Amino acid sequence: MTEAKIDRRELLPQLFENPDDYLFVSGLAGAAKDTSALTDDGDNLYTMAGTMGAAVPMGLGVALNASDRKVVVVTGDGELLMGIGSLVTVASMAPANLSIVCIDNAQHGETGGQPGHTGKATDLETIAKGAGFSSTMTITCSDQIKDGVGFLATATGPRFLNVRVTDGMPSTYKRNMDPAACRHRFRNAYLSDG
Amino acid sequence: MTQPSAGEDWSATMFRQMADSGVDLFAYVPDAGNKRLIECADASNEVRTVLLTTEEEGLAICAGADLVGKRAVLCMQSSGLGNCVNYLSLVNGGKFPLLMMLSMRGDYGEQNPWQYPMGQAVDAIFEAMGVLIFRVETPDDLEKATAAALHATGAGAQSAAIILTQKFLGAKAF
Repeated sequence: MTEAKIDRRELLPQLFENPDDYLFVSGLAGAAKDTSALTDDGDNLYTMAGTMGAAVPMGLGVALNASDRKVVVVTGDGELLMGIGSLVTVASMAPANLSIVCIDNAQHGETGGQPGHTGKATDLETIAKGAGFSSTMTITCSDQIKDGVGFLATATGPRFLNVRVTDGMPSTYKRNMDPAACRHRFRNAYLSDG
Repeated sequence: MTQPSAGEDWSATMFRQMADSGVDLFAYVPDAGNKRLIECADASNEVRTVLLTTEEEGLAICAGADLVGKRAVLCMQSSGLGNCVNYLSLVNGGKFPLLMMLSMRGDYGEQNPWQYPMGQAVDAIFEAMGVLIFRVETPDDLEKATAAALHATGAGAQSAAIILTQKFLGAKAF
């Protein structure tokens, strides 16, 4: 397993220089904190604080129905593995406007840093390939982030980008955790843009 | 083998009602009870179908569709509701007005003992998680229950399930 050298807090601002250009769905815990910090908990973001595993299929539902928008799911290795079958569904539906970014710290950071499967034998990019993704990439050090930017911009969608990060803390951000208020916020912003 | 007691056209009727109400995404785990409905959807150029790997995935897809103003339905066998329970937190807490269509096992005439525990728990689970139930027991119930569920999940802003009982569908023979 390649040693990870990316600090997760520097990742998303470099991957998404103009966050307003995207619709984001994030899984719970660290991914939600990092995307909230990126967008200032914006109305183009729906974060979860439960329903582990739901980020990829929720992003798929958005992407299939907002084909004019670039949709990004930000998830973690634990969250992704809990709903890993959704990679298969995404590959079958093949929405060209969907990118999945997995912040892979090989542990369950939110619950105490318990070791995860990706620190052992499991490789998420290989799983995504097997699910049927033709566009996959793994990056492990900071100078590869620019390659990730190019991948998200030019590779044929759907795209799967796995980012091996160090075991540091996610961004610090106190986001709105009311799921109904956030639904309204996202929905109203999208529909008024349309 | 199935022994349908319902009229052969009910799936086409239900499909037409849903499509006319703006439901344009049919997420499903295959079941004998939704086979023809999904065939109707696949044959239509108004809607799309999404084959799932597990039922809870469908709830998240339908919620994602709602986030951008679209209506969707999750079609599954009653056993799949057990896989969905935690994701009903998203539906309930987020006030997502999601529509489900359940084809029952383990209720009326079931011969497979594995199906009874989950089938008999369906009503209690929906009640516990705040999802309305519209039950179809006779061919006469079908259009009314479907219309009621579409109203509830439309202007009514509730989450709701159409439950196709085995009294309506017929029980699988073993």
